Amino acid sequence: MSPKPLALKILDWLSLILLAVATYLVFFYAPMERVMGNVQRVFYFHVATGWVGYLAFYAAVINGILVLKQGQGNSRPWNIIAWITGVIGFLAYGMYRSREIAALEGIGVGLMLVASFSGGIGYGLSRKQDGLHWDVIGLAAVELGLVFSFINIVTGAIWARPAWNTWWTWDPRLVTATIMELIYFAYMMLRQGIENPLQRARFGAVYAILGFVSVPLSYFSISIWRSIHPVVFGAENPEAKASPGLTSDMRVVFFFSLIVFTIIFIDLFWNRIRLGHFTEKIAQRKMESLS
Amino acid sequence: MFFQDAPAETTGYMILGYVVIFGTMATYLLSMITRWRNLKKDQELLDEMDK
Repeated sequence: MSPKPLALKILDWLSLILLAVATYLVFFYAPMERVMGNVQRVFYFHVATGWVGYLAFYAAVINGILVLKQGQGNSRPWNIIAWITGVIGFLAYGMYRSREIAALEGIGVGLMLVASFSGGIGYGLSRKQDGLHWDVIGLAAVELGLVFSFINIVTGAIWARPAWNTWWTWDPRLVTATIMELIYFAYMMLRQGIENPLQRARFGAVYAILGFVSVPLSYFSISIWRSIHPVVFGAENPEAKASPGLTSDMRVVFFFSLIVFTIIFIDLFWNRIRLGHFTEKIAQRKMESLS
Repeated sequence: MFFQDAPAETTGYMILGYVVIFGTMATYLLSMITRWRNLKKDQELLDEMDK
């Protein structure tokens, strides 16, 4: 395996430093919430990990499309269309919601655009790759999505205990987020049962694309159904609109945490992709030595 | 908790939350390091077998 690139080493350290700064800001810069007290400080990393979880599953579905497009002639125009559609979709959503709280939506949508754009550039640079290459990336994305969504769900339950007086309630957001987690957990389990790598890649791709339905369902659940979950981005329901009640200092910490966790995600994603390629390489060598 | 003058005492929940956040991230990082080390050992073994 090739040595770790300098850019990745820098990103490792940058992620660590930024995480330390974000933690400092959460504990020493952000003011204490006047009703909930200190437990509100969980909110900053709770939302950031939730955002990263969605981002990871979004990356998985894009890689799923790329796996299925291999071996069907020039796939690039279709993939570019997929990216453009994603960008326009998020942009349209942001414009629609901007009537409510423009600044929050704008930054949220901006982050999504950056993610889509960087993915598109990544694809453009990578040129010709086989289906297994994208499968390794897709698997890395799902694994990271599971880790961050798990943190998001558990910290949500911890916040809910003093705020709602219960660890769990059958709220649409909680239920859809847990279903999303279980769908992708099943993806990991089911992959273990397929030995043929190409078959596994195709199966994983189809599953990742179908499973992605759970992601927007989870995100929009608080708008579609009656929910007691606080709405951070674009609340149409006036009762839920002011729920997070962020002061300007809190907003700084909130958006800083979002950016930091996006950088941590990129760093871990890159490391996990390298691990995936190394695993494939060793598995291939083992097969060769056995035959 | 919503009919009170002072903030609720919820520090224990905050600590629990951050234990989960950092604990999960550290466990995942450790699992990645362990997997990488195991692959390195496999690679060394395969290199020796090739000789």
